[in-house]
Amino acid sequence: MTASTLTIKDLHVEIEGKEIVKGFNLEISGGEIHAIMGPNGTGKSTLASAIMGHPSYEITKGSVSLDGEDVLEMEVDERARAGMFLAMQYPSEVTGVTTSDFLRTAINAHREEGDEIPLMKFIKKMDKNMETLDMNEQFSTRYLNEGFSGGEKKRNEILQLLMLEPKIAILDEIDSGLDIDALKVVSNGINNMRGESFGCLIITHYQRLLNYITPDHVHVMMQGRIVKSGDASLAQRLEAEGYDWIKEELGIEDERVGQEA
Amino acid sequence: MAVETKWAFDRETVKSWSEKRNEPTWLQEKRLEALTNAASLPMPKPDKTKLTRWNFSTFENIDSDQRAIESYSDLPGDVARLAGEESKVNSAIIQRDGKVAHKKVAEELKEKGVIFTDFETAVNEHSDLLEKYFMGEAVRSDENQLTALHTALVNGGIFLYVPKNVEVEVPLQAIFWQDDVKVGLFNHVLIVAEDQSRVTYVENYVSFEKEKAAANIVTEVYVGQGAEVKYGAVDNLESGVTSYIVRRAHVQKDGRIEWALGQMNEGSTISENTTHLLGDGSYGDTKTVTVGRGDQVQNFTSNMVGHGKHSEGYILTHGVMKDEASAIFNGINKIEKGGTKAHSEQTGRVLMLSSKARGDANPILLIDEDDVTAGHAASVGKIDPMQMFYMQSRGLSKLEAERLIIHGFLEPVVGELPVEAVKERLSEVIERKVY
Repeated sequence: MTASTLTIKDLHVEIEGKEIVKGFNLEISGGEIHAIMGPNGTGKSTLASAIMGHPSYEITKGSVSLDGEDVLEMEVDERARAGMFLAMQYPSEVTGVTTSDFLRTAINAHREEGDEIPLMKFIKKMDKNMETLDMNEQFSTRYLNEGFSGGEKKRNEILQLLMLEPKIAILDEIDSGLDIDALKVVSNGINNMRGESFGCLIITHYQRLLNYITPDHVHVMMQGRIVKSGDASLAQRLEAEGYDWIKEELGIEDERVGQEA
Repeated sequence: MAVETKWAFDRETVKSWSEKRNEPTWLQEKRLEALTNAASLPMPKPDKTKLTRWNFSTFENIDSDQRAIESYSDLPGDVARLAGEESKVNSAIIQRDGKVAHKKVAEELKEKGVIFTDFETAVNEHSDLLEKYFMGEAVRSDENQLTALHTALVNGGIFLYVPKNVEVEVPLQAIFWQDDVKVGLFNHVLIVAEDQSRVTYVENYVSFEKEKAAANIVTEVYVGQGAEVKYGAVDNLESGVTSYIVRRAHVQKDGRIEWALGQMNEGSTISENTTHLLGDGSYGDTKTVTVGRGDQVQNFTSNMVGHGKHSEGYILTHGVMKDEASAIFNGINKIEKGGTKAHSEQTGRVLMLSSKARGDANPILLIDEDDVTAGHAASVGKIDPMQMFYMQSRGLSKLEAERLIIHGFLEPVVGELPVEAVKERLSEVIERKVY
């Protein structure tokens, strides 16, 4: 499989008339891991959801393309089938639908009719990935996210990532609410995906996750756009010194969206 | 005018019909008394639905001249499929317009003293038991005009009797097939589970003709001390059928009943399901799912009444409403004075798929005792757009995502049905009704 490229140009996103993302630019290619860091309220999660096509977010300006195809013209499911994936911060619960049935339907949605994944192959793949993520086998027969703990939901998101093998994945605060053991397990799962055909955008508050998944690029988001980029060492500096030096350097008083002086 | 039709069944007609069936005197008298009373009794009054313009009398006959179907393979495919492959059928009774079309009862049941037979046979062979329970404490003949007419005209059904301490492992199955729209479906299911017995029963009501027809259905279940009854049902009568359905249980000390009702009629339906938790420590659980479509009007009432101490009663109702269908969902948890330490809970959820459909979840708690716990949750809404976003973000099309959400929403009953063929068939019916 060849490397794909997701290109985001001058993206502006509004929620209920309020602009949250203001001129965001980034290119993510297969083989690369990007991390977006930044304090609360700087537009990180809005960016992630908007790229995937969240129904409440309106894109007012800019473009998103995957290997030259206009992503913004695609329905949510078309984006997924084109190879995009969003691990959500708050995944929905779906009663009456087992995790296993859901995943099999999702995998088959990515395949041609008549070329459905054989049941045994699916089960093997599922077992293998659940083992990687140290998940109890009962997981697959429980209803999707229903009654799952926060940590279980996050593992389930990564399980879906491993099962669907997207070209470009966006992980929205996949580390929040995870204890250190779970964090290691989840990181291990994501590292398993690393390779030329997989590009990833990790959105996080904390540098902690990046101890386990070394990013190629680190970006700091403030006021709805990237204000600074660097390599993995930038994340370490942020951990040690916080964000104030960036604000000082750029003359930003309040990093949150809508607080631009 | 069709309303006049029902009075065409006068005393003489009913009397001679009863005689023709060789019915015992008590039943004939019970029929005639009910017929006399019917005219002066009020119609049932389901909460929030007026029955003034409903016609439960669009039938001309109560007696079908259909004969039994010789071999299983001669049953119409759609009927046979409900029971599954013949070789896998353990005990099943299939009736067409009240007459037995096919009957298979495992020998071991008879050896254990279990009676599983059609109503007509039961009347003749087990008259004393029927006299004791039929239209007895659970559903009184003089309760309303329709229960009285039921008593007067009952023409089919099942009698299931499980003796004390007997456990029946395999699910017993009944299929009630309304073939001739001119024959009213006055079907009666009577289940008596004696102390410490256990049984699982599952039934299907089915018809295929869209013409006007009438169904008047009563189930009585008597659950003895420490006995356990699981009752599964799939109602799937066609759009022309106006149905009145009452299913009730009386549960004694430490007894249990679990209802799983797939109420998939296509026509106007009044359906009431009531459990009286009479004994201390008795347990009742009723799960109902329905899909309303077209312009059908339905009223579903689920009652859980705690009389004994430490009783537990649960109601779950999930409804999907589309097109211009409308439905009322009354969920009533009642705890009588003296029912200390009782626990009662209900959940009612209605999923609206169309802006022209109407769905009304109406939870009612009636508590006459202080020392109890009770809770309820009710919601009416559309499919959650966040669920859709989540599922579509994994590649499922809008239609597939909706399908999974709806099947999942109705799963609480589908998953409970004890016979694989019935389960599959209900899934198919849901699929057909939703898409």
